[in-house]
Amino acid sequence: MHEHRDDTASKIGMWLFIFTEILLFGGLFIVYAVYRYRNPVAFHLAGEELNVIIGAINTVVLLVSSATIAMAITAMQQGKRRLSVRLLWVTILLAAVFMVNKYFEWGAKFEHGLYPGSDFLYSLSQGDVLFFGLYFAMTGLHALHIIVGAVFILFVIAYIRKGKVHETRWQLLENAGLYWHLVDLIWIFLFPLFYLIH
Amino acid sequence: MSEHHNEHTHITPFKTHLLILGALIVLTIVTVAITWTNLGVWNTTAAMVIAGLKGTLVLFYFMHLKFDQKIYRVMVLLVLAVFAAVLILTFFDYLNR
Amino acid sequence: MDMPENTHGHPEPSYLEYQGKHKGLKAWIFSTDHKRIGLLYLYTILTFFGIGLLIGLLMKLELIAPGQTIMGPDTYNRFFTLHGVIMIFVVVIPGLPAVFGNFVMPIQIGAPDVAFPRLNLLSWWIYILGILLVLSSLLTGGGAPDTGWTFYAPYSFETGTNMLPAVLGAFTLGFSSILTGLNFIVTIHRMRAPGMSWFKMPLFPWALYGTGWIQLLATPVVGITLLMIVAERTLGIGFFDPDLGGDPILYQHLFWIYSHPAVYIMILPAMGAISEILPAFARKTIFGYRAIVISTLMIAFVGYFVWGHHMFTSGMSGTALYTFSLLTFIVAIPSAIKVFNWISTLHKASINVQTPFYWAISFIFVFMVGGLTGLILGSLATDVHVHDTAFVVGHFHYIVFGGTGFAFLGAMHYWFPKIYGRMYNARRANLGWLIFFIGFNALYSPMFYLGVAGMARRYYDYLPEFHSGNIISSIGAYVMATGLVIIVVNLILGARRGEKAEANPWGGKTLEWSVPSPPPLENFEKIPVVTREPYDYSA
Repeated sequence: MHEHRDDTASKIGMWLFIFTEILLFGGLFIVYAVYRYRNPVAFHLAGEELNVIIGAINTVVLLVSSATIAMAITAMQQGKRRLSVRLLWVTILLAAVFMVNKYFEWGAKFEHGLYPGSDFLYSLSQGDVLFFGLYFAMTGLHALHIIVGAVFILFVIAYIRKGKVHETRWQLLENAGLYWHLVDLIWIFLFPLFYLIH
Repeated sequence: MSEHHNEHTHITPFKTHLLILGALIVLTIVTVAITWTNLGVWNTTAAMVIAGLKGTLVLFYFMHLKFDQKIYRVMVLLVLAVFAAVLILTFFDYLNR
Repeated sequence: MDMPENTHGHPEPSYLEYQGKHKGLKAWIFSTDHKRIGLLYLYTILTFFGIGLLIGLLMKLELIAPGQTIMGPDTYNRFFTLHGVIMIFVVVIPGLPAVFGNFVMPIQIGAPDVAFPRLNLLSWWIYILGILLVLSSLLTGGGAPDTGWTFYAPYSFETGTNMLPAVLGAFTLGFSSILTGLNFIVTIHRMRAPGMSWFKMPLFPWALYGTGWIQLLATPVVGITLLMIVAERTLGIGFFDPDLGGDPILYQHLFWIYSHPAVYIMILPAMGAISEILPAFARKTIFGYRAIVISTLMIAFVGYFVWGHHMFTSGMSGTALYTFSLLTFIVAIPSAIKVFNWISTLHKASINVQTPFYWAISFIFVFMVGGLTGLILGSLATDVHVHDTAFVVGHFHYIVFGGTGFAFLGAMHYWFPKIYGRMYNARRANLGWLIFFIGFNALYSPMFYLGVAGMARRYYDYLPEFHSGNIISSIGAYVMATGLVIIVVNLILGARRGEKAEANPWGGKTLEWSVPSPPPLENFEKIPVVTREPYDYSA
């Protein structure tokens, strides 16, 4: 087969894939909206169980990681390959920080018996069951995307090492960036919807 | 078809990225601060407006939409519009039960 | 795999004979050539169509007389679930796009392949994985699911049957469908031949473009919904369980937010294929090219917003009922526009009556029957009466089997010489069509009467007064199957020993007829430059 390369095609392809991800989370956002509308008080009270400080820290961590991967693309385009790789490692490190925070956060909820299927949760109101069900489903699916995004970035680093991604050929890096920003974008909405219910 | 055209020659400088990051962090602080004040139903509205603003910044600068060809912006807008319409239509049911 | 020999006297080997890295079967299942992948889908789809058809025939045998004939209620429930899951997710949704979209579309737009050939192969493998998951539900745990293909909550997380593999299988098949749609959209954006502006593109690629967007934007919603069913069953998250505060009607909303647009995933490519066949046999340009394009996009867009018409009796709010009913009537308009344009295409044409034309013209007939009965279901008052009756089954099969099935078989007879480089026996093909058409109508038209009279669907049994209608319907099923056997045997014989076909046996004007039959691996020796309209029959 002949070598066929079309950067614009792969960029459009990445965007289209991002659209499917938006709609995937979109289904959960619809469920969230309906149940919050039907259980406003329970959602408010359950939301106060979440730690705003950890949530805000994780928000900032993800925002910074988005900036670092965006800067990694800039660095690569300017031919600063080593700087680009370093910025990518910083992004992965921030992803790890996010996951560690998430681990402690989820761990605390489990200790309090607030996890799907627990007898304690079932003893609470229906709104609480729905809130924590959605909380674990949505942040869990989001965390899964963090892992996928981090693996994607690792692949890009390997490709840079192999010389398959460089200053005139960086579409793969840009696609990893787009995917990572999507993960950030979803968190931007998850944060106020779960941690900041008034 | 082995020619490759990088239509996007625009390179976003580090400074822009850092400025946007600063704005995003400020907006995060604002949205947390608003939770501690009582605005009634406007609390949720404000939280969503700020999230929308942050999302727009990420889309336009980090995701480079502002400097890309128009087709990307059209597609993103179309997708968000379809999702919004689906959400609203679902609420045609729940708001009126 | 049987491959015809090289006879077209062209120096380049055809895609059927081309030898790459692999030999034998491997040369097919690891091929990234869009034409070979199209045939992989064709053979898989035909196999599962056969299985789904067999299950359907057994159900019709059960219904030939009231009471238990050959199976009890439990088996019947599993049978209609399997029939639905296989026919919808494995056969009809990939159907035209995966087979003819893959084979013909890149050639029609003057491209050597799709934009992402390896992703294209991966889609097929994911598709196979999805099929295996669905089939594994038969052999493990509580056996095949009995919920119906809609997996409605709360029964879907209460039934003891083997839901998880079936639901995960449907999820996986959806993923394959998304990747195919993504690939086609990028291909159409980036790989049209020089000179082929958007409005010089043939109508089949246009239909696939609209379909691709539906696949992209609707499938993820059902994906997450199916995952919620999985979470509900395994983790006890109460998404749709009324005992835990969930709303089963919300499940229906989410399910139909996908599954209604999915009907347009099935029918748009079918309409696209018909729009290719009609001008080729009317020997004149299609009437209202732009109107057809715009109606395609309108169907794709408005089709997102009509899902509630599946839920008129579910307990949805009155406002939602009126809104969805109104939108349903609106979405009928672009379909009607297409029908008028097709018929106007035939006006004053000197028609070359051949097998694909019979399929196209009978498509218009069955599609109209299906569409008009759809309006009865879209009206609130009449829907309450016929909801969940045989009427719905009749309407649905007129659209999905009549619409998509007729178009699939029409496309098969139209592009057959291009695919295999050989011709089938036209007389046998016409005879098969006639028997199929008679059987099809005998099978499904009594259902309209039975439904209005009150026969509920999804039961293995019925009241004695529905007996005569059911006898006609069951006999029709076997007549139709006979026609189908004639058609398939004729096509297999044609592919193996048919007469050699020319490059352009029908006198078509689109680009696939400008390359040899079967086409060489790279489709075009030189990428063509397009200057004419796609259906320019003036020269």
